Amino acid sequence: MDRTAGKVMSMREAVAAFVRDGDTVSLEGFTHLVPTAAGHEIIRQGRRDLTVVRMTADIVVDQMLAAGCVTRLVSSFVGNSSAGSLGELRRRIEHADPEPLAYEEYSHYGMVCRYIAGAQRLPFHPLRSYAGSDLPGVNPGIRKVTSPYPAADGTAEEIYVVPPVNPDVTIIHAQRADRRGNTQIWGLTGIQAEAVYAAEKAVVVVEELVADEVVRADPNRTVVPAHAVDAVVVCPRGAHPSFAQGYYDRDNAFYRSWSAISKNPVRLREWLAEWVYGTADHAEYVAKLGEEFWASLAVGEALSGPVNYGRRL
Amino acid sequence: MSRERTESAGAVTVSELLSVVAARELTGQRAVFAGIGLPTLAAELARLTVAPEIEVVYESGVCGAHPSHLPETIADAVLITGAEAVLSMPALFGSVLQGGRIDVGFLGAAQIDRWGSLNTSVIGEWERPAVRLPGSGGAVEVMANAREVFVVMRRHTPRSFAAALDFCTTPGPDRALADGIRPLGAGVTRVVTELGVLARDGVGDELRLVAVHPGVTVRQVRAATGWELKVADTVATVDPPTDAELRLLRDDVDPHRVYLR
Repeated sequence: MDRTAGKVMSMREAVAAFVRDGDTVSLEGFTHLVPTAAGHEIIRQGRRDLTVVRMTADIVVDQMLAAGCVTRLVSSFVGNSSAGSLGELRRRIEHADPEPLAYEEYSHYGMVCRYIAGAQRLPFHPLRSYAGSDLPGVNPGIRKVTSPYPAADGTAEEIYVVPPVNPDVTIIHAQRADRRGNTQIWGLTGIQAEAVYAAEKAVVVVEELVADEVVRADPNRTVVPAHAVDAVVVCPRGAHPSFAQGYYDRDNAFYRSWSAISKNPVRLREWLAEWVYGTADHAEYVAKLGEEFWASLAVGEALSGPVNYGRRL
Repeated sequence: MSRERTESAGAVTVSELLSVVAARELTGQRAVFAGIGLPTLAAELARLTVAPEIEVVYESGVCGAHPSHLPETIADAVLITGAEAVLSMPALFGSVLQGGRIDVGFLGAAQIDRWGSLNTSVIGEWERPAVRLPGSGGAVEVMANAREVFVVMRRHTPRSFAAALDFCTTPGPDRALADGIRPLGAGVTRVVTELGVLARDGVGDELRLVAVHPGVTVRQVRAATGWELKVADTVATVDPPTDAELRLLRDDVDPHRVYLR
């Protein structure tokens, strides 16, 4: 089989092909490389009844909630980064307004272990957390088992475990990939690789598509190899308002403004109407923000030193 | 970091007071797991004063950050450029934190109880809360695995220093032990508040008042605490921030007043 065939596609094609109503969709990117443009396209295409899995449920999740795409959320942090709260998420959880949200609460490492178990097709993964916490009481997924091996002092050891997560599709954003989907990320690499391996299908959205030789000149930079990737979408600035290390900076002002926008449901829906439904695709969203705006997020150069991979003579 | 002239010295704000006192607590500490906000300020000030060898580790995976500007998030791009290492989440949470490499973890909370357990999930019932808070993030892991934990609380009230937590997101070692699991670290050992400093030694020990800020009475602190607060035999008075500490904090660490409100 041709490993290249049909992998590079538009965001519209990728979402239409890989995200179905009722799916479990993982969107990962820990503050860095948040797949915002993918979330917006899911909203444009009107997906319903999704289970969204995302460690740090943030602005894009609040937007997908407001658009009525999500009935269940699995997460370990629900906040507007360090810039305030998520208005729609709080209305859904605190007042079931406009409808209830099923919420599964974990801790960060609990989610990390769920992805590791999912990626490795394990039945569970143990971690040294949760002892004495009220979280297991509200989340039946968090369970305690007795270790089959005695502790150093010979006694039986109890430990908490979490179940695997195997999303129907994982979508991540990255700096660059080749046409086969060999995906390179630098800076914060988060949990993206495990989230991709845990999924049935994976879509990688990139700032730029590069020649095969660019990837092969620095293979250690490849966080997700082509064999795990089903679609490659080229979408520059697709992580805004988050950032892509070396490409553009985080839009901190937008994060700060989101708390006020999302606090008012009318304002939030007006925002969606203008910026998501009102733009045909992410390229229009980028153009609408304008060159002057993007110049304000421009970053300078800080090149890594070259490494010598060596070559047999 | 950029240098600007200190504007009028002015009165010391709560943020400045908490940052300075928390920074002093980091004397001699090596690996410190810091969140954003006051812990960032405290860790940076400590690096410039009492703990030049400090390694600041962030939840995003950054180890040994040397930021050119004050970071606005734990994942700020300025933390990455020039850092000593950037790790994946399984490495950071699994090998660094759970592997026992962190000396001090910094945490905040909406509520804390007398044993140093924390609530960051909900006010009210979990199912239909009055207020939905952000949740654990990595706090459960920091508490379970760091050698000890420092807590900074902006507000010291009976509601935040609670006799019973509305929800225990992040259990201290006493609760872990009651659940049949031997705790690894000591849990919360220091709590810095707008009124003073509380301390506890480890499993089986309650928080007790060990110091008050100038002008604050023991009675005031007890009235602001939601349980019958134990008080050390000798309650010290915290030395107020020095001009040098304030100058560093205002001019070098947070010149644009990102956190110094």
